[in-house]
Amino acid sequence: MNDINTQPSILTIENLSIAYDKDKLAVKNVSATIKKNAITAIMGPSGCGKTTLLRAMNRMHELYPNISTTGQIRLYDENIYDMSTIKLRRKIGMVFQRPNPFPTLSIYDNVIAGYKLNGIKLKRSERDEIVETSLKNVTLWDEVKNSLHKKGNFLSGGQQQRLCIARALAFKPDVILLDEPTSALDPIATAKIEDLLIDLKENYSIVLVTHNMSQAARISDNAMYMYMGELIEYDETTKIFTNPKETSTQNYITGRFG
Amino acid sequence: MNQTNILAGKKVTELIPDLFSGRKLKDRLFLIGIVIFSLLTISMVVLIIGSMILKGYHQINWAFFTQSPPDTFQAMMAKMSGKTIPGGIINGITGSLYLVGIASLIAIPFGVLIGIYLYENSKKKYAGFIRDITDVLQGVPSIVIGLIVYLWVVVEITHGYSVLAGSVALAIMMLPLIIRSTEESLKMIPDTLKEAAIALGTPYYKVVMRVLIPSSFSGLMTGILLAISRILGETAPLMLTTLGNPAINWNIAKPVSAVPLLIWQFYNDPNMVDLIWSSSLFLMGFVLLLNILSKWIAARQK
Repeated sequence: MNDINTQPSILTIENLSIAYDKDKLAVKNVSATIKKNAITAIMGPSGCGKTTLLRAMNRMHELYPNISTTGQIRLYDENIYDMSTIKLRRKIGMVFQRPNPFPTLSIYDNVIAGYKLNGIKLKRSERDEIVETSLKNVTLWDEVKNSLHKKGNFLSGGQQQRLCIARALAFKPDVILLDEPTSALDPIATAKIEDLLIDLKENYSIVLVTHNMSQAARISDNAMYMYMGELIEYDETTKIFTNPKETSTQNYITGRFG
Repeated sequence: MNQTNILAGKKVTELIPDLFSGRKLKDRLFLIGIVIFSLLTISMVVLIIGSMILKGYHQINWAFFTQSPPDTFQAMMAKMSGKTIPGGIINGITGSLYLVGIASLIAIPFGVLIGIYLYENSKKKYAGFIRDITDVLQGVPSIVIGLIVYLWVVVEITHGYSVLAGSVALAIMMLPLIIRSTEESLKMIPDTLKEAAIALGTPYYKVVMRVLIPSSFSGLMTGILLAISRILGETAPLMLTTLGNPAINWNIAKPVSAVPLLIWQFYNDPNMVDLIWSSSLFLMGFVLLLNILSKWIAARQK
């Protein structure tokens, strides 16, 4: 890990351990820094703790019962476990495996749902601006600009997922967390989302959990490999895929297991 | 090995048609059975509605919806001269709406909140306890609920039969229905929706108020409307709590009439028998309308 340390970082994970039901450690003593304006991929076999690690970055993991967390994660210099979840989740947005737009809200209201649900008042012009730029950012504007006030259930899966990314972008976050965002989508929709993520990293830092190694190879700058809750290796993606230091990583990359 | 012995000496074509006609016969018999029983069920409904309409329609007129019932002498005079009975059941209609309105005001907030609690804490022991109690409450005979409310409200609070007492009795009957339907319709919402709202930093009570409840609105409404249509026809608890009133009443501490109470009173007066049918027709039509409305709401949201 030489070059990776020289890049400016945005999130610092320090000795993070997360346990379910007292003894079952899902994440074991992980330390790493997430780099600014980069796509960081988290890879590993099922149950390796990658989703828990991702969710810990905006404290969504606290929804699970009987969870205990030690160590810390800092956003710039602020420990996220000392921040209010409202403030934290405005700065670190999240996109889920399956597109989950709010079925009772229009496309327009879905984009500004974060403001609406938190009761943050906006002027009409501000609202319009946020909706337009967010939808343009996810290249959905041209497809929906004439039906902004309709409910979004006629959108395709890929469009819905882009709407969900727009919803996360509307808060102008620093970091966007994506939990296997394309696993429910077809290859064309997947390609669109991947292109989108590469565009978005200019202004945002992105952390991506993926099952799909070729996706990680295609779009990520840095990659983590996790196994049994431990962070085995974290380096630039090209190094991970061409010259991994650990044999466990090598085995996973070459498809010998996982 | 044995199989070859059984089949020995028989051609395949001899075996197949036998088996085939046997199955077809069973299938047909079963179908005929189902059709007969379902026709029997349907004919009950058709007969009930039909006889209500036939016996009740000629009493349904403007006065029926705008006037209070006649006294027994007026009814007797009309009957002897072969006219329709004058007057109507406006005191019962307003009374029923008043009672159901107050009962809903009491039962809906409680029921929905308890339903949300059960959904959120479904695995806790206390939630299981509440669920069992709810089932018990649903099984309590309505006359018993009437008696208890008589003791608690009629004797202790309003010192006499009253709208409040009747509403409390009806609210107790509505509660289990609303609690269960709230819990069930919340369970239908995918967890991903909840996560989406939480990931936007939404405080939990706002997730409930602004995401969960709107998303399950049709289920909630259906449950509430069914609960209302269930209590609209309740008579026994009302006899012990609001008694009845020959005139329209809006005072919550005074007795009021209700359509099922009127039906019972008409039944006890040989001169008023004709009004039973029209009142029943009205009551049933209203309940039917609520049922159709709830089905429509449920279908529209899909």
